[in-house]
Amino acid sequence: MSVVKLDGLVALLEGFPALTGVDLTVNAGEIVFVKGPNGAGKTTLLHLCAGLIQPKEGKGQILGHDLSSERTSIRKRVGLLSHSSGLYRDLTVLENITFWTQIAGVEKSEIDNRISWALERMELDNKLQNQKVRSLSAGQKRRASLAVFIVRRPDLWLMDEPHAGLDQEGRQAVDDLIEESVRAGATVIVASHDLERVLNLATRVVTLSGGAVVGVDHGGNK
Amino acid sequence: MKRLFADIGLITNKDLKIELRSRVLTNQVAPFALMILVLFGIALDADQQSLRNFASGLFWISVLLCALMAISRSMTIERDDEALVGLNLSGVDPIAIFLGKTCAIAIQLLVLEIFLGVGIILLYRSEVEDLWLLVATGLFACIAVSALGTIFGFLASGLGVRETLLPILLLPLLLPVLIGATRAFDDALGVAAINGWNWFAFVAGLTVLLTGVGAGANYLLAEN
Repeated sequence: MSVVKLDGLVALLEGFPALTGVDLTVNAGEIVFVKGPNGAGKTTLLHLCAGLIQPKEGKGQILGHDLSSERTSIRKRVGLLSHSSGLYRDLTVLENITFWTQIAGVEKSEIDNRISWALERMELDNKLQNQKVRSLSAGQKRRASLAVFIVRRPDLWLMDEPHAGLDQEGRQAVDDLIEESVRAGATVIVASHDLERVLNLATRVVTLSGGAVVGVDHGGNK
Repeated sequence: MKRLFADIGLITNKDLKIELRSRVLTNQVAPFALMILVLFGIALDADQQSLRNFASGLFWISVLLCALMAISRSMTIERDDEALVGLNLSGVDPIAIFLGKTCAIAIQLLVLEIFLGVGIILLYRSEVEDLWLLVATGLFACIAVSALGTIFGFLASGLGVRETLLPILLLPLLLPVLIGATRAFDDALGVAAINGWNWFAFVAGLTVLLTGVGAGANYLLAEN
């Protein structure tokens, strides 16, 4: 079953074509690595799959929802880890995670378990949990935003440079999370410059250039 | 419906908590409001009676100028580190985002109005003749300002020219609220022989209209 199905998709950013006709199918349970030079359209592709950008031309379906007319339904089921942390600077890590868990509509009875699980997975100890986000280092902030990302347990993981700013341990934790999520039934698309690391995880490697797919290869994880 | 109210509460609570922590209202907006009252008094070189006559207008101009700061701040919270993207992806109803942020701004403006109200009583020696009219108008007008401010805050933020564009977009559209609220206050403070409750009804009608239009517009913005 295809989770992502894009057919000749064109998307504009500030009036300029950022994607110039993307054809791509991603099946359930895949880990797809998207690579390409700066400005190739990797981030735009992730934003499009998250339902944040209205396509200009072409057809697309994400998790069975139409990309043009059902973007609200798509947004509820995807998770996007972007360059920015998406956290509120004047709230503590714990307050941020609690807010994002509650606003995502997680069942009340499950909230505490989910938060504990996410904090533990990202190794955010008591001291870090009660620190304001503005006082965290870049790596700690990345771990906090990863905790917010995983607490929702999305069906489609869209990750833009997930290893950026993390130490070796943190990078390994991200890899483990990706593999674990796929085992739990999720599908993952990763845009990254950390080629070696992601290649081993990926089932397929998609190369973008000039806003179009110019190559699809098998990854190391077949 | 229960989920909508819960989400509105979560967003309002989050915004107020952030404001309490950052103390922008107490350390920046409130002193700015007080400065406006004092500077207007000095600039007009007016006697006590003239200041009493101008009190309503000066009060609402101060509220509007401070509202610009509060709205801008409210949008900055969401823009920094792209938290708004997360809100849009969380599946929360865009109407809840709009109403949650509107409520948070309105509560801050209400606190500011109380502060400014005490200010005009102490500095301008204004006397309250109809407290209920004052309270009702203050409440509805600040909701109207917050609702329109929130929608234009989102709009300006999306266009990427927020700080400079917001006052230009917002202030002309808030003119009817400013006029209605000033006239109602004139009656409540006993400086004009008019029926202030008629002006209150005008402000209340505008509040309902602007909140409804704002909620609808925010829904369309989120969808597109």
